[in-house]
Amino acid sequence: MNSQRRLMLKSSFATAALGTAVAAGLITPRSIMAANLPNAFAAKSVTGVINEMFAGQTRLTSKQVQIKAPDIAENGAVVPVTISSDLKDIQSISLLVSNNATPLVASYDFEPGTEAFISTRIKMGKTSEVEAIVKAGGKLYTASKEVKVTIGGCGG
Amino acid sequence: MSTIKIRAKNKDGLTTVKALINHPMETGMRKDKKTSKMIPAHFIQEVSCTANGKKVLHANWGTAVSKNPYISFKLTGAGKGDQLVLSWKDNLGNSDSLTSVVK
Repeated sequence: MNSQRRLMLKSSFATAALGTAVAAGLITPRSIMAANLPNAFAAKSVTGVINEMFAGQTRLTSKQVQIKAPDIAENGAVVPVTISSDLKDIQSISLLVSNNATPLVASYDFEPGTEAFISTRIKMGKTSEVEAIVKAGGKLYTASKEVKVTIGGCGG
Repeated sequence: MSTIKIRAKNKDGLTTVKALINHPMETGMRKDKKTSKMIPAHFIQEVSCTANGKKVLHANWGTAVSKNPYISFKLTGAGKGDQLVLSWKDNLGNSDSLTSVVK
C-alpha cells in the first residue's frame, strides 16, 4: 500500500501530541539552558534546583509568603501567578513548578526600593504544585499551591 | 515598533509597573506541523529594570514563562516623573529595551 500515507498519518499524530506537551512546557531539552544559573534551570527536580541555587539550604514554610494562582487552569500554557510577601529584606523570589520537566520557571532578584511582589504568567505541563521560594535575610521561606491543569479545556 | 509595552503608575508613594513583551518563548521541543521539523528554542533569559539609572529588578527566565510574557512589580523607590528602563535579552542574542516615565 502507500506507505507514504501511513507515515504521514503517524507523524501527524506524533506531532500533535508533542505539540500539546511542548506548548504546555512539559518537555525541555537539556541543551537549552539559561545564561545565568544554567544548572538550576536544567535541574530535573525541585531538590536539584535548591541544591544548585541555594546550596541545599532548608526552606521554611511561611504564611508570610502569599501565592495567588487559579485552583484550576484550563490552559496550561498560560497560568497567571502572583507572589507577594510581607517579609523584610527580600533578596530574591524564585518560582518553581514541581511537575514540569525542569521545575525552575523564573528567578527574580530584588534591590532595595522594590516591593516583594511579582506577577507573571507561566507554562505548566500538568497538574502540579506551584512553589514560591523567597530569600529574605539569608534565609529561605516558601509557600506552595496546587494548580489543576485540565487538558482538553472543557472547564472540568 | 518596540517589542515592549510598559505602564508605570504612582499612587500613594507606590509605583506599580506592568509590562508586556512580544516574544515567542519557544521551548525548543515543539514541532512545526507543516515541515515536522523542530522549532528551535527561542526564549528570553534575562529581564532587567532600572529606575533613574538605578537597578531595581533583575529576572532570570527559563522556557516555562508563557509566550508574550507579562510581568508586573511594585517599587517604593520611584516616584512620578522618574525614568524607567526595561530591557530583555534572549538566548539567540536578541535584545530590546524601552524607556518610559512613571505617571
